[in-house]
Amino acid sequence: MGSREHSMGADDATGSPDRHHSEVTLRVNGKPHTLIVDHRSVLLDVLRERLDLVGAKKGCDHGQCGACTVLVDGRRVNGCLLPAVALDGCDITTVEGLAAGAAGATGEELHPLQRAFVERDAFQCGYCTPGQICSAVGAIAEAEAGHPSHVTDPEAPSGQPVPLGPDEIRERLSGNLCRCGAYPNIVRAVEDVIR
Amino acid sequence: MADTGTTLGAPAERREGRDKVTGSARYAAEQTDAGRVHAWPVVAGIAHGTVRAVHTGAALALPGVLTVLSHDNAPRLAPADDATLAVLQSPRVPHRGWIVALVVAETLEEARAGAAAVRVDYDAVPHDVTLTDDHPDAYTPEQANGGSPAHREQGDPEAAFADAEVRVDTHYRVPPLHNHPMEPHAATARWDGGRLVAHDSSQGATTVRTVLASLFRLAEDDVTVISEHVGGGFGSKGTPRPPVVLAAMAARETGRPVTVALPRRFMAALVGHRAPTLHRFRLGATADGTLTSSLHEVTTHTSRIKEFVEQAAVPSRVMYAAPHRLSSHQVVPLDVPSPSWMRAPGEAPGMYAVESAMDELAVEAGLDPVELRVTNEPDTEPDSGKPFSSRHLVECLREGARRFDWARRDPRPRSRAEGPLLVGTGVAAATYPVMINPAQATAHGTPDGRFVVRINATDIGTGARTVLAQIAAHTLGVPLDRVHVDMGDSDLPPAPLAGGSSGTASWGWAVHDACTRLAARLAGHTGPLPDDGLRTHADTTGSADADSPYARHAFGAHFAEVTVDTVSGEVRVRRLLGVYAAGRILNARTARSQFIGGMTMGLGMALTEGSTMDGASGAFVESDLAAYHVPAHADVPDIEAHWIDEEDPHLNPMGSKGIGEIGIVGTAAAIGNAVHHATGVRYRELPLSPDKVLTGLTGLTPPIPTPTG
Ligand code: FES
Ligand code: FES
Repeated sequence: MGSREHSMGADDATGSPDRHHSEVTLRVNGKPHTLIVDHRSVLLDVLRERLDLVGAKKGCDHGQCGACTVLVDGRRVNGCLLPAVALDGCDITTVEGLAAGAAGATGEELHPLQRAFVERDAFQCGYCTPGQICSAVGAIAEAEAGHPSHVTDPEAPSGQPVPLGPDEIRERLSGNLCRCGAYPNIVRAVEDVIR
Repeated sequence: MADTGTTLGAPAERREGRDKVTGSARYAAEQTDAGRVHAWPVVAGIAHGTVRAVHTGAALALPGVLTVLSHDNAPRLAPADDATLAVLQSPRVPHRGWIVALVVAETLEEARAGAAAVRVDYDAVPHDVTLTDDHPDAYTPEQANGGSPAHREQGDPEAAFADAEVRVDTHYRVPPLHNHPMEPHAATARWDGGRLVAHDSSQGATTVRTVLASLFRLAEDDVTVISEHVGGGFGSKGTPRPPVVLAAMAARETGRPVTVALPRRFMAALVGHRAPTLHRFRLGATADGTLTSSLHEVTTHTSRIKEFVEQAAVPSRVMYAAPHRLSSHQVVPLDVPSPSWMRAPGEAPGMYAVESAMDELAVEAGLDPVELRVTNEPDTEPDSGKPFSSRHLVECLREGARRFDWARRDPRPRSRAEGPLLVGTGVAAATYPVMINPAQATAHGTPDGRFVVRINATDIGTGARTVLAQIAAHTLGVPLDRVHVDMGDSDLPPAPLAGGSSGTASWGWAVHDACTRLAARLAGHTGPLPDDGLRTHADTTGSADADSPYARHAFGAHFAEVTVDTVSGEVRVRRLLGVYAAGRILNARTARSQFIGGMTMGLGMALTEGSTMDGASGAFVESDLAAYHVPAHADVPDIEAHWIDEEDPHLNPMGSKGIGEIGIVGTAAAIGNAVHHATGVRYRELPLSPDKVLTGLTGLTPPIPTPTG
């Protein structure tokens, strides 16, 4: 029977660093957490299992569905693909922290994208939804910063913000699968927010 | 019903919307009870045979591993009606991917490492996983799924076909398909003394409770199953699946709450799939397109442990007025995973064949495909002779044609090119039966003017919480925000599953009856209400399941415009439009989402989704979301869904038909027919992936790309 000394409870640091575990500090939704993490742990599992932030979902655990999308230092990433041990000192925003980060938010309010998703009925089961919303936040920022996508006009001036029409939104959110098929409503929700 | 004007049919927002967009809605694997541990299955690496030995020493020596369960040491269950739930009960391996062991450990990482360290020895015997329509083991079952007779024949279809002026004689193939809800099947179970409490990702917790009570030899009162939020199911969570049984077993063995969440790659073999269907289709008609004969013969597979027969010939019994008809199923048991329900079982693959064949007939007879369908509209249900409670297929076709601008279509195939792209449009009809099951509900009015409705309905994404509140508010004649709905817990009054597009009708009827009674009691009550309010109960047994003298089905029409890239073979959908006649639509917002969602899955069925049973290994090759292509954002245009007002007094008190499945039903055929119109090539095997499309185009001269294209 294996020993339990390496196993962690749901909260911050327990155990101590060794060959298979390291101490990291993650700033999650503005709050620092210092944890001893198993080197095999990915960010998604640390959020869900250690910090009880279950908003980021596990759809595939293999970078194929986008349900686990969160923002790391402002960029969208698949939380299931990132070893937590490599994220020491990083700033992480999950769906739970989006509203608080939005300009003028009081904490009780929703992020504009969250509100638009509800208004446009941009989900059914809701399982892909936190990932869609975090991904949309990241995609809007990328377009703002002038990152082109596969459907961006090659003639568009580089470095300039890319306007997000429906085709751009569809292309940029294609890493986030929705089996309920809420795509047309998601596109509308994103359009509402960038307008 | 009391009429408050806006509650029924109004586009009310989803009640749990806020929880879902903020991440506070918890699903089955997210029940972080104190001391909760994780389990990871080990699945069979052979397609047929027995487990000789499960070597657990290496796994048990790893940090964090608590136990390894296999058929050697797992708790004995009572015999299961559903053989797929008899997990870890015997060394038999009926198919590749069958669960042979379960590792329980403190953390996910430790459980996964433990599972990788388990070594299994097998005695393998030869397997057969390949479906053919002349397979020697093919037999005609007594019934197909849903209790449909396997074989129906009226008149003399062979002779009528032989005599027909216009004939279509063809084959279609729909491959195995996977439901792949975004939330993998998962359960968290704990034992409180002799009581079992399970959070299960399920479409119906009442059945899960019954089955767990039976397997673990408990009274039903000693089992609670909670399915508060469910991340989609599409049929694959319609009855209990192995995770909840394994979680309960492991929790009993370890004395800890245990979560079992299936890794995505195990799902193809463990949660059911849409069985492949081979269709032989023959249509005979007079020169003006009047059908004289229809023969629809389906061959499908099932596993060795369970007979499930995809009822794909059944829609031929509903759709068109051919006087001579045959519809039949045969099934081949193979060493494959057990197939099961996937959104519109029977209708989805069946109508792909029916509506493709009708399109072929239209081309053969030189008729407009919309008019051909109108010509063959029956007066009564062709198979049963029953009158339809309502049937507005023609109206759907006409309304769709108008909105789609069908009249401007040049009917000639391959008549429209835009540079290297060929453009085409297609139409197909859709149908889905009305199903209703008995349910119970209570309604409770409190002295402060609030109302609580209790029923074990499940919201798998349909908006059930919202629409049941609308039905209650409408029946009580009170504002929507005064009504609270408690659901998703087997301790509530029992209710059937969210499946067969029957949920809202079944639950809504019970809610309606309980609220009608409450309204009557409130009306007769004088003075203030007692402190604990007034309560009523309703049970629709006997009414909801009463035989109807009517044939009851929803109908719809789908129109699609596609482009076919002659260089890459890629088909893309430009426009997709559906018009439905589905009784009264109870919530315009969530209904539209369901229609669009169904059509999106139909788009996947047409173009991107297909699974391959590998003859050598017995595995589904496309077992993850990288290989099995669920449509992504960029695949899906702005889909339009419309409906016509349909009054039907023969359904239920709300006048509604189910809407969760019909959206998928005609979509694949409409897209396939559009691809024929674009290319002049008739593809008869789904999905219409670039490899197939290019191969088909090779026989033809590609159009010359224009420099501006
Ligand atoms: S769970 Fe990370 S991409 Fe699917
Ligand atoms: S809302 Fe269910 S998967 Fe997107």
